[in-house]
Amino acid sequence: MRPARRLRRVGAALASAVVLLAAPAARAGEALSFLDPQGPVAAAQRDHFYWVIGLVMIVVLPVVLATPILAWRYRYGARKAAYRPKWHFSWSLEIAIWGIPVAVVAALVWLLWVGTHALDPYKAVETGQPPLRVQVVGYDWKWLFIYPDQGIASVGELAFPVDRPLALRLTSATVMQSFFVPALGSQIYAMNGMVTRLHLAADRPGRFLGENTQYNGRGFHEQRFVARALPPADFAAWVARLRAQGAALGPAVAAALAERGSARDLARALGLAGEGAPVVGFRAVPPRLFEQIVERAHAVPAAGGAREAAR
Amino acid sequence: MSGGATWDPLLGRLGLDALPFWSMIEHPTRPEIVNGSIATAAASVVVLGALAVVVLVTRKGWWRALWSDWLTSVDHKKIGIMYVVLAFVMLARGVVEAVLMRAQQAFGLGGGFLSPEHFGQLFSTHGTIMIFFVAMPFLSGLINFVMPLQIGARDVSFPVLNSISLGLTAAGAGLVMVSLVVGRFSTGGWSGYPPFTELAYSPGVGPDYWIWSVTLSSLGSTLTGVNFAVTIYKQRAPGMHLFRMPLFCWTALCTSILMIFAMPPLTVATLLLALDRYAGFHFFTTTLGGDMMNYANLFWLFGHPEVYILILPAFGVFSEVFSTFSGKRLYGYSSLVAATMVIAVLSFTVWLHHFFTMGQDADINAAFGIATMTIGIPTGVKVYDWLLTLFRGRVRLTTPMIYALGFTVLFVVGGLSGILLANPTIDFQVHNTLFLVAHFHNMLVPGLLFGMLAGYSFWFPKAFGFRLDERWGRISALAWIVGFMLAFFPLYALGLLGMPRRMVAFFQPAYLPWTIAAGLGGLVILFALFSLVVQLRVSVGAREANRVPVGDPWDGRSLEWATAAPPPEYNFPVLPEVGSRDPFMTAKEAGAAYQEPEAYEDIEMPANSALGALLCLCGGAAGFGLVWYLFWLVVPALAVALGALIARSFLRRTTRTIAAGEVRRTHRHWLAEVSRTAAVTRAGECDVRNRGRAVPAALEAAE
Repeated sequence: MRPARRLRRVGAALASAVVLLAAPAARAGEALSFLDPQGPVAAAQRDHFYWVIGLVMIVVLPVVLATPILAWRYRYGARKAAYRPKWHFSWSLEIAIWGIPVAVVAALVWLLWVGTHALDPYKAVETGQPPLRVQVVGYDWKWLFIYPDQGIASVGELAFPVDRPLALRLTSATVMQSFFVPALGSQIYAMNGMVTRLHLAADRPGRFLGENTQYNGRGFHEQRFVARALPPADFAAWVARLRAQGAALGPAVAAALAERGSARDLARALGLAGEGAPVVGFRAVPPRLFEQIVERAHAVPAAGGAREAAR
Repeated sequence: MSGGATWDPLLGRLGLDALPFWSMIEHPTRPEIVNGSIATAAASVVVLGALAVVVLVTRKGWWRALWSDWLTSVDHKKIGIMYVVLAFVMLARGVVEAVLMRAQQAFGLGGGFLSPEHFGQLFSTHGTIMIFFVAMPFLSGLINFVMPLQIGARDVSFPVLNSISLGLTAAGAGLVMVSLVVGRFSTGGWSGYPPFTELAYSPGVGPDYWIWSVTLSSLGSTLTGVNFAVTIYKQRAPGMHLFRMPLFCWTALCTSILMIFAMPPLTVATLLLALDRYAGFHFFTTTLGGDMMNYANLFWLFGHPEVYILILPAFGVFSEVFSTFSGKRLYGYSSLVAATMVIAVLSFTVWLHHFFTMGQDADINAAFGIATMTIGIPTGVKVYDWLLTLFRGRVRLTTPMIYALGFTVLFVVGGLSGILLANPTIDFQVHNTLFLVAHFHNMLVPGLLFGMLAGYSFWFPKAFGFRLDERWGRISALAWIVGFMLAFFPLYALGLLGMPRRMVAFFQPAYLPWTIAAGLGGLVILFALFSLVVQLRVSVGAREANRVPVGDPWDGRSLEWATAAPPPEYNFPVLPEVGSRDPFMTAKEAGAAYQEPEAYEDIEMPANSALGALLCLCGGAAGFGLVWYLFWLVVPALAVALGALIARSFLRRTTRTIAAGEVRRTHRHWLAEVSRTAAVTRAGECDVRNRGRAVPAALEAAE
């Protein structure tokens, strides 16, 4: 275990160095990558990533090294090298070239099975604290975050207390999108008329890049947000501020949300355009807003979401 | 017609706004002018290129020859060559688009010069073209040209069908080219995911161009698969057991089987999407019970086997190249055959890994992840088989070999990223990012494209009777390798930094160094493409010095090298009898090559047919009519196509006979050329001494 851990640490350091050294600005702003993980899910994904690389190297490295060596050693001009034009088979080599990949893949299968179940996005992240429920709606080209227990909502910013895990339920009011905060963990599709789930947590306060990774039209690249892990007191203050100063989420605002446009366009439409990143807070959120958006797609009875129907 | 607000019975949806420069005239803002100028320039290249071809053919008086020797020919070799020409033309467009996108992202911090709409069209046409109109025609062309020669056949089983397949593929490619001049292409990517490509979200003609060009091409490929598989089953020369076939034929067989089973789900998916768009159905819409998850399953049920359709023939080429240019029998033939078959079967069990992130449970994801990783085993075995073919060989670093060596080293890197992606745990992080883009280019550029270019250099002398210029070939191969690494390795880093694919612009300064590096890589690839053009020009100029009329310039092992270069229409004067795995090498080593047969017989060959060319026109016209709602064009086009098919079945004379005397004359003339020609050792392989007669490597070593 110890050499393996050392290997992993060296690998981690090297890869992080390669990716992050050339990107000094990355840490200055929002955390971008699971190689610089800000929560337990992303940290486990990073470890898994290095383990797989280490194991696959057993097969890959010999090829990378042997190809130039063989091509040089047995080059046409090298008259001293052995030449066996009829030789074409060897049982011992055959067993090795099938056996070693089989063994490596067997190890990888075990890793995969354990990892896939441990990091299932539908599985709650345990931190000893009750999770914060957030409902996520994908619009063209912005995300709406509904906090059903707080009665507030926001566009452009997903704030949460650092000590509590996030329990997300996602849908799309339009085409398919993919919700992703790389520094925290997995991405998951948000689909119209269906509900998917995702669990994330941060283990330190910070700002993390959030985005949509599924192309959905000309404003796709603008569909970003900031995920912010706040100390509990700051989160309480954030909620209080939205409750006090947010725009009431009535029919007019709902119509503005459904318009195709980025968070900035929305802010402008609501007369809130200011400096900096566009963040719009809402209060007085209708209690069943998320469910209504999901049901709207089902004018006739239809097959439900991937797993929601079964639950 | 839903969505046809401005539909006119005569003009359909066609209007002045279909012209690429119209919106720049109406709204002369700076971004409109930049994008309009680029689009107009591209359209002009298409129009002027087509005009230049017409003028050239007319000036030279080539129309008759073009029609009777090429367009209506059902000779598998000519059809193969036409496929490859189509692939090269489309490759040029695909690469230029790629370089434009790389340039956009190199300048993309907070903006760039392309509009999001324009960028969306670029990544959609680039993917569609590279998969359906470069990779598929290229591999269909190579198999067409090489496989019947390798199994000792005179043609494929269904020569006219072969010409129809080419016609349908060309019609699809034509539609994509027309979309550059008239109207816009889809922005929904090469996979065309609804509901984004539904009428509600993409009301224009773009997705319709995509639907009909892909439908035409998928029909052509299904028919090609049937044709190749039957040919391999039924047309092998006496003694050519399945386990004596060259490995390229095995990969061709597996690819054909995959085509037969994998293309129909695509045709179904595009037609269902067409029903949604044209007839108000709700298969994949966001309303009335439509479910896009069905599309994702259908598309990837095609899409995953498709990547093995693409890669397996390249594996076949590399097997031939490694063995030929190492002067050695292929190591582990049975292993390679088994590995190829295992890959073909497993390729149908992994499609779900394209959407691990769709919300199914961990057991399902794990099962498909494990199936995916399992494919790594036979693929790894293949790479080691090739390395063991180098072992104790005599390796010549010719152009195909440079591609092959670059391939093994780069391909295992792509394999590593593939195994990473097979883990749902990691896929949840890098799915839909540039890491994925880097991965599949890592498989398809060193895998497929290097394989095809290696095959092009390898078999070019067989097709045209003269060798390609070796110097420019090596420059081009090295430029492809270096350009690939510079263009795509940075994308791995960008993906790990969380950058999604298909981004017209970005706002993270951390991405910039990587996008600039990738942009430079794009320029190197452009140079590699340019080198290929120069190579062809130089080679044609020096063709007299590089002729290889005897037909065996590389000391080949399989039957295609046993006949003249270029081969006669009927390939072999007398069908060869096969007694071993490398029949031509065996014959050369025994001094039994280039023998005159005891008797010559009349040879019956399929007669020319205009059906393929006609169906190409009808298919293209029907597709164009459907895109623009020109139903007065669609109905007659389909009627003529159907009528021609029926009329053809009443034709009684579908073959023509070549007299034994003519065969004898041609063969004796060639044999005389053979005996006049001195055999060269491999030291003279790449210079003027090489007239296509080889001293077998094993004998050369024994001297």
